[in-house]
Amino acid sequence: MMERVVHAIQCIGCPIGCGGEVVVENGAVAEMSGFTCNKGLAYAAEEVVAPKRMVTTTVRVSGGGLALLPVVSAAPVPKERIFDCLRLLRGVTVAAPVAEGAVIVSDALGLGVDFRAARDISSLQ
Amino acid sequence: MRELSYDVVTIGGGPAGMAAALAAREAGAERVLIIERDRELGGILQQCIHNGFGLRRFEEELTGPGYAHRYIDMVKATDIDVWLDTTVLAAEPGGVITSVSPHAGLMVVRAKSVVYAMGCRERTRGAIRTPGSRPAGVFTAGAAQRMVNMEGYLPGKEVVIVGSGDIGLIMARRMTFEGAKVKAVFEIMPYSNGLTRNIVQCLEDFDIPLYLGHSVTAIHGKDRVTGITVSQVNDRLEVIDGTAFDVSCDCVLLSVGLIPENEIGRAAGVALDPITSGARVDQFRQTSIPGFFAAGNVLHVHDLVDWVSEEAAIAGRSAARHARGELPASGPERSVAAGEGLRTVVPQRLSALEPGKMSVRFYFRAAKPMGASVLQFWADGVLAFERKLRVVKPSEMIVADIPVRKIGDAATLEFRVVPAPEKTEAEDAIEEEA
Repeated sequence: MMERVVHAIQCIGCPIGCGGEVVVENGAVAEMSGFTCNKGLAYAAEEVVAPKRMVTTTVRVSGGGLALLPVVSAAPVPKERIFDCLRLLRGVTVAAPVAEGAVIVSDALGLGVDFRAARDISSLQ
Repeated sequence: MRELSYDVVTIGGGPAGMAAALAAREAGAERVLIIERDRELGGILQQCIHNGFGLRRFEEELTGPGYAHRYIDMVKATDIDVWLDTTVLAAEPGGVITSVSPHAGLMVVRAKSVVYAMGCRERTRGAIRTPGSRPAGVFTAGAAQRMVNMEGYLPGKEVVIVGSGDIGLIMARRMTFEGAKVKAVFEIMPYSNGLTRNIVQCLEDFDIPLYLGHSVTAIHGKDRVTGITVSQVNDRLEVIDGTAFDVSCDCVLLSVGLIPENEIGRAAGVALDPITSGARVDQFRQTSIPGFFAAGNVLHVHDLVDWVSEEAAIAGRSAARHARGELPASGPERSVAAGEGLRTVVPQRLSALEPGKMSVRFYFRAAKPMGASVLQFWADGVLAFERKLRVVKPSEMIVADIPVRKIGDAATLEFRVVPAPEKTEAEDAIEEEA
C-alpha cells in the first residue's frame, strides 16, 4: 500500500522565509511546491528526511582579551546531534591568541563537521 | 587637549560606521576617522554569534563576528584612523566633535562631514509599562546576549521571553543551548515581529511555545523575579478579563523593540522623523544640518545588516563629496510620505536628483502583515509606478528602486501598500498549479 505524507516546510535558507509543501511517498520525496530557489528545494528535501542545522556557541578562552570565543560549525549538523555537539564544546578551553577560522574541534563526534573560531581573540596584554 | 581635523568622521564603529568610513575613503576623502566607544570595532555584531548574516552582501552565511571581521579587515587595510574606547560627547553644527577617552582625555575634532552611526538601543520594561515589583532577573534580550556570548554569565535558568523580536527568538535558542529552560515567548501583537526563519529554527526546533496576543500584566518577586502573570488581549490590545495565568521563572528577557540612539543628533538640533525616531534625511542620507549624515540603525532600525552596510556606503560617499564641496545643492525640497499600509519610509525627502542617476532606492516598513500586495508610488497624487509584493510583514523591510523618470518633477511623493487585486491572486494560483 502506498504511503503518502504531506509535510508543510518553512524554509530557513534566507530571510525571505518561503513556505511550501513536500510530499513524501513511501519514504521518498515525490513532489515539492512553494520554494523559490534551488537552496530552498534542497533544504526542504533534506528537512523531511534528515533535518540539519548550523550550530553556533562559545568555548572558554584562557589568557585572552575576552572570556569566550564564538565558534560555528563548518557545515550543518544533524538536528538530533546538536546537544551532543554542545556538550562536547562545553568541555573545550582554547588558549589565546586564536585566529578566525582556526579549527577548534575537528570532525566533532565523528560527524565529519569541524567547529571553527568565528573571530580573532588576542592574548591578554 | 589635542585638536585635529578630518574630512569625514563617523560616530560609531559598528557595521554602519565602518561601511560609511570605507565608502568615504574610496570616494576620495583624504582623512577619515572612526570614533568607537567600545574596546573594538564591530558594534553589536560581535555579540550576535549566530549565523545568517551577509547572504546579500557577501553571498554566504556568516556569523555576526564573521561579518564584522570582513569590515574590520577592510578598514585595517586602509589609512582610516580608528579611536577605540572613545565616547563622543557632542557633535555641533560646523563639525566640531568633542570626545573623551581614558587614554587621550578630552579631544576636539574638526570634521568637514560627520556621519551618525551610533546604532540603536533596546526598549526596556519602562517603555512597555509593565506593572509589578522590581526584582532582579529582568533583562533586555540584547543585554543577556552580551552576558552569555561575551562575558560568560547565564542570566537565569527558567526563562520567559516577552516580545518576539529577532533578538528574543535568537536568545530563546541560545539560552536553551546553555542549559536553561525557556518556558514560553509572549507577544502582544497577533503576529510575530521576528523573521519567520527564526520562529522555525529558534522556537519550533525546541518546542518552545509562542503565545500571540498575550501581554504581561505583572512581574512578581521581591529580590529575584519568581514569575509573571500573562493575559490574553483583544484586537485593541486591551486585556481580556478572566484570561490571566501565571508562569514561574527566574529570568525575564524583553525583546520589545529598538530605538535609534540619537541623543547626539537631537542635541545638535537635527530634525527627526517621529515614527523612525531617526533623522529625516534625503537620498544622500544628509540630515537637516548640512554636512551631517546618518546611516544604519541610528537612522531607522533595519532587519538585515546587509542593508545597513549598503545604506552606510551611500552616507559615506555623500559625506566625502560634501567634504570636497561637491555634493549638489539640495534644491527645492520634495517630501516623501509613507501612506496607506506603510509605517515608515527612508529617505523622507528628496534633494535635487543627480544627473545620470537612473533610480532612487527607498526602504519601507509595513504597518501590518498582508498577503500578496502591491507597492504603489504616487507622484503629486497620480499613480506613477507599481510593484508586486509576494507577502508583506512588518518585521521585514521592503526595498524598492523607483526609476527617476517616474519621479519626474513631482513635488510630493507618496508610497502605499494595498492588497493585490483578486485577479492577480487567481493568476498566481493558476501559475502555481501548472
